[in-house]
Amino acid sequence: MWKTILRRVLLMIPQIIILSLMVFMLAKMMPGDPFTGLVTPQTDPSQLHRLRVEAGFYNPWYVQYRDWVVNMFHGNFGTSYQYHRSVASMIGERAVNTFWLALLTFVLTYLIAIPVGIIAGRYESSWKDNAIQVYTYITLAIPAFVFYLFGIWLFGYVLGWFPTSGSISVSATGMIGKVGSMLYHMILPALLAAILATTSIIQYLRSGIIDNKQEDYVRTARSKGVPERVVFSKHILRNSFLPIAAFIGNNFAVLIGGSVFTETIFSYPGLGQLFISSISSRDYSIITALVLIFGIFTLLGNLISDIILRVVDPRLRIQ
Amino acid sequence: MPDETTHLLDIQHLHTGFRVGDAFYDAVDDINLTLDKNEILAIVGESGSGKSTLATSIIGLHNPKNTRVRGTIAYNGQNLVGLDETAFNKIRGNDIGMIFQDPLSALNPLMRCGDQIAETLKYHTKLNKQERKEHVLAILERVGIPNPKLTYRQYPHELSGGMRQRIIIAIAIACKPPIIIADEPTTALDVTIQAQILDLLEDIEKETGSGIILITHDLGVVAETADRVAVMYSGQIVEEAPVNELFAHPLHPYTRSLLNSMPQLDNVEDKLHVIQGTVPSLKDMQPDGCRFAPRIPWIPASAHEAHPTMHEVGPNHYVRCTCYKTFHFQDALSSVEGGIVNVTD
Ligand SMILES: Nc1ncnc2c1ncn2[C@@H]1O[C@H](COP(=O)(O)OP(=O)(O)O)[C@@H](O)[C@H]1O
Ligand SMILES: [Mg+2]
Repeated sequence: MWKTILRRVLLMIPQIIILSLMVFMLAKMMPGDPFTGLVTPQTDPSQLHRLRVEAGFYNPWYVQYRDWVVNMFHGNFGTSYQYHRSVASMIGERAVNTFWLALLTFVLTYLIAIPVGIIAGRYESSWKDNAIQVYTYITLAIPAFVFYLFGIWLFGYVLGWFPTSGSISVSATGMIGKVGSMLYHMILPALLAAILATTSIIQYLRSGIIDNKQEDYVRTARSKGVPERVVFSKHILRNSFLPIAAFIGNNFAVLIGGSVFTETIFSYPGLGQLFISSISSRDYSIITALVLIFGIFTLLGNLISDIILRVVDPRLRIQ
Repeated sequence: MPDETTHLLDIQHLHTGFRVGDAFYDAVDDINLTLDKNEILAIVGESGSGKSTLATSIIGLHNPKNTRVRGTIAYNGQNLVGLDETAFNKIRGNDIGMIFQDPLSALNPLMRCGDQIAETLKYHTKLNKQERKEHVLAILERVGIPNPKLTYRQYPHELSGGMRQRIIIAIAIACKPPIIIADEPTTALDVTIQAQILDLLEDIEKETGSGIILITHDLGVVAETADRVAVMYSGQIVEEAPVNELFAHPLHPYTRSLLNSMPQLDNVEDKLHVIQGTVPSLKDMQPDGCRFAPRIPWIPASAHEAHPTMHEVGPNHYVRCTCYKTFHFQDALSSVEGGIVNVTD
């Protein structure tokens, strides 16, 4: 077990190297360069040239790549040319917001999807199941931005229950006040994102339960005189959770990456919003750092999924 | 039949129907059958003849939504047909143990083998966790698991087919049930493993005095293990006899065809005298008359009874319909010129 996990972690090293090379090449291929943003009609071309030489712009690509990697290992992701601040500290601030939003979304997703999926599977073809099917079809079919805008309009403007932008109120004071205000700002985006994310989990759980109900081992459990309630929770449900456990890790990574969309719509100051604004201002050092971070999170998500699967399914534990 | 009150299990007029569209079709159609202590009763018949449906009816595992069970299954002074779930759960595992065909799919892949056996004890005994574990280790030893302590902790996928089937048997016998139903317990196994599993079942029957219903489509298994045989065709019993009697004097055309289809090394005319065709599907079953008639069309209709019943033809030997009296194999006819039929082998 531990050997497999270790091997799986070691396997991530070449993956990360390939990822970083791709990000580096992408950054090189982008039009303009980090200094383009500084150019004004008054700029002296020779000064620009000197800046480029200082930044190692004319070095061979592998030297530039090595410098870039070494810098990153020292926590130096460069400087934002738009904000004139260190990229690391900017990302640090935003990452906290994104992390909490993603975590709340994640928790809400499973809090909604698991009971709903269980009800749909357990009471297959009942009115409850039919109602849940309608719910999943709607959330699957509706475009995300329409859904978000409708949610903002309904809960933000019509009902006025939640704020529709920002991550914290400026008037919030004290530890409790600040945390409360943060939560209050997060609830609407997290809830709307969670509702959209429930669809696939509900469907997986529902069909897992329906399939497992027919399995021979369930019949064996019944033939032992195990009460139906226990047959369901101990045999059917545990087996039906396998496919869901398989993408718990991915799901969290997707939430971090998917913050781009939610945060932009809700003007929520997280990594996603930073990413979009950096793209429009061609703030390359931020873009490359974020692409790398999102990529690493995806790899981590897969790793976590793999480990969870091995823990819950003994058939995958073979050395 | 012997005195009815002494039977371990007494099945009378059992009908089990499945819903197809709007109507119910009986996959088990008016079956009368008894099981006694210390007895291995074999039920044989081709696939689709209703053997599994009969077994599932006894242990009450049908989905009530699309199944209709009628008749009586008397066990210990109560009728198992229509028994409520709570009462039935006390009987399943404790009074009736069930062994299934496919030993891989019949075990929960996420549960340790030992825990799957201990679960039976949990619901039928007052043993605590530690006592259950010790009990399970003893049962594992009993069913021939070489290293019980190791196997207790293993998952089904780590065991071979034969070992898994021993785990299933361990589950079924954990509470020493007086009745054991084994539905094709060896069909999925290699021939050598098959013999070991059958020996184990026989030993258990001798040791505990249980009555065992052994379902199979393999007459070799029957000859080796059973005390009494019921031959099923299309939801009905067509012949019932003690095992030696059945093999010595098979009467019903279906029984004779089954016997002839047994692979025999010393039989040169291997494929001779076998009736072609298959068991009709539920919807295609004739509601009345001899259900085997369509498979022996060369026998005149007058040979069959209009409403076939079981006829006692010898001590504990019963045959359905009267067609057995004039029956002859079709190829036997063509080989006997002039049409003089000689059916006694
Ligand atoms: N759950 C079910 N629903 C509908 N038809 C069924 C069901 N189970 C079995 N049958 C039908 O009942 C007949 C007998 O099946 P079965 O008892 O499995 O036979 P056997 O075990 O002898 O092969 C078959 O025609 C089969 O298709
Ligand atoms: Mg069967």
